Amino acid sequence: MSILVNENTRLLVQGITGREGSFHAERCKTYGTNLVAGVTPGKGGETVLDGVPVFDSVREAVDSTGANVALIFVPPPFAADAILESADAGVPLVVCITEGVPVRDSTMVMRYLEDKPVRLLGPNCPGLITPGAKAKIGIMPGNIHLPGKVGVVSRSGTLTYEGVDLLTKRGIGQSTCVGIGGDPVSGTGFVDVLAMFNDDPETEAIVMIGEIGGTKEQEAAAFIRENVRKPVAALIVGQTAPPGRRMGHAGAVITGKAALASEKMRALEEAGCRVIPTPADIGATVADMLG
Amino acid sequence: MKLHEYQAKQLLAAYGVPVPENYVASSGTEAAEAAERLGGTGVVKAQVHAGGRGKAGGVKVAASPAEAAEIAESLIGSTLVTFQTGPQGVPVHQVLVEQTMDIDRELYLSITTDGGRRRPVVIASAAGGMEIEEVAQTEPEKVLTESIDPAIGFQPFQGRRLAAGLGLPPAQIRPFSALVDACYRAYVEKDSGMIEINPLVLTNDGQLLALDAKMDLDDDALFRHKAEAGLRDATQDDPLEVEASEAGIAYVKLDGNVGCMVNGAGLAMATMDIVKFAGAEPANFLDVGGGAAEDKISHAILLMLSDPNVEKVLVNIFGGILRCDIAARGIVDAYGRADRQPTLVVRMLGTNVDEGKQILAESGLTATMVDTLEEAAAAIKG
Repeated sequence: MSILVNENTRLLVQGITGREGSFHAERCKTYGTNLVAGVTPGKGGETVLDGVPVFDSVREAVDSTGANVALIFVPPPFAADAILESADAGVPLVVCITEGVPVRDSTMVMRYLEDKPVRLLGPNCPGLITPGAKAKIGIMPGNIHLPGKVGVVSRSGTLTYEGVDLLTKRGIGQSTCVGIGGDPVSGTGFVDVLAMFNDDPETEAIVMIGEIGGTKEQEAAAFIRENVRKPVAALIVGQTAPPGRRMGHAGAVITGKAALASEKMRALEEAGCRVIPTPADIGATVADMLG
Repeated sequence: MKLHEYQAKQLLAAYGVPVPENYVASSGTEAAEAAERLGGTGVVKAQVHAGGRGKAGGVKVAASPAEAAEIAESLIGSTLVTFQTGPQGVPVHQVLVEQTMDIDRELYLSITTDGGRRRPVVIASAAGGMEIEEVAQTEPEKVLTESIDPAIGFQPFQGRRLAAGLGLPPAQIRPFSALVDACYRAYVEKDSGMIEINPLVLTNDGQLLALDAKMDLDDDALFRHKAEAGLRDATQDDPLEVEASEAGIAYVKLDGNVGCMVNGAGLAMATMDIVKFAGAEPANFLDVGGGAAEDKISHAILLMLSDPNVEKVLVNIFGGILRCDIAARGIVDAYGRADRQPTLVVRMLGTNVDEGKQILAESGLTATMVDTLEEAAAAIKG
């Protein structure tokens, strides 16, 4: 029915008593996510959001509640430590929303995770959602989603909402939507998510939303060509961005020829993807692809 | 955050990277004094945040202190236009006066982080003094790389491997390895995103020296580098971009006449694409960010309107963390305060969209309200 998160998801939120953390934890819970615990060092023993227990450490939270997904809202200077704490406690999926984590910290975190059975999503990502299981682990508006069979993977936040909204308005539901984030060094990438969608019996087609900069889309294209047996529609934004200018996402820099939108679109087309011509065409292209 | 050459050299020298003797000068007199200390001659280099200085006339050899003063006076206060600056150029406020060198070989050395490998990587090439992208295109076999395990750092065997690949004489292998290690320690400890030494020179008397140095620091890590945060030179950037950055707004000025205000970088790029496909030209990239408040929205619009080329404004908000009613109040506030009111097209969707539309309707503003990207494109064209 989905990848990564489902009916068995038991969510813990790190930074649950902060402004962002409490706001979004509440929205995840309202959507239907099984929110079992919060962690804020020094506030253990309190309860928030109608009975969600707060713990001093991730290990205590996991021992007491069986939490299996961590969602992180702690400020940038402390985000790496929060990820490492969850990894150390054996949480298999860690989702870091925090924007502005130093690249050096992300590099050390990824080195630590190399030989551990822990998957990191982000940092600087909107999270992920499985509408059919009412599992929303992130900051996306829940109400635009519709349960269904299209997997969505994207580097962007609000552009993903745009894409999902266009799908839902045509009655095309989603199995799981995953925002991998735009930082130069991050955890889960396009290829990881494409592989999971490919193996998920309930996902019938995939929508991939990429951007200018880097070579992540080319790596995805190579993987799709070799391995993916399901139809893939792909959009690349930044087609009109001038070379050499930084456009907000640290990752979205046109560095060499490979980073150009035209090169990425060509690689995806050659891999057998349906290239979505403009952002307004996401719904129409996918509808046409599904027939 | 970019550093000037002289700042990068001071920082790297503190880690043990050999650099030629040099002095910073802010006037002709200071430049003459510097040349005097260097034995009467020196290379005078404009300090700007851009490459391509040599070809643009920003690097000149002075044969005497008087000539050093003359060159410094012609450069300081001028605007240097290089292939990296755009036609507006960048202002020169200081020059670096540096010892001249008898050069045997020019090499290339840099450290950056490879997002694909998720590790720092050292890049070296025997083709120094050239653009590394060009070398990578035309002679890829000349580009050597060593990926560094952040758990243990740069290792001597990697230094030997690079030195062998560069064809360095045996006596230079250890100094080269130590130089790369010093750069790597500076890269890590200062949270750098890139250190580039081009050229790294081998002098006729067998010394390795960083003849030029470019370095940038991760803005997100400046909270733990208070001293380095003070090295910022805001005069090197577009004033509107500086103002935006201080307000937490991602803004890049472009050449068109359609101002675009959007939440989220990906959606902002998508909006620019839509504008361009409709046959119009975006005046800017602007991502107002996630949890923006009313005053930040207003600030973003006023900032965008201060670009005289903006004749139309397209606001595209997908309310998530950012609520549409907050965005609408910001728009109304900005248009109330602006000295001109360009044609306004608003596309809002998501959280509190009805409240947002109502606020705009009741404000008396003349705005074209649209619901989809196609309608936005049509309204901008029309």
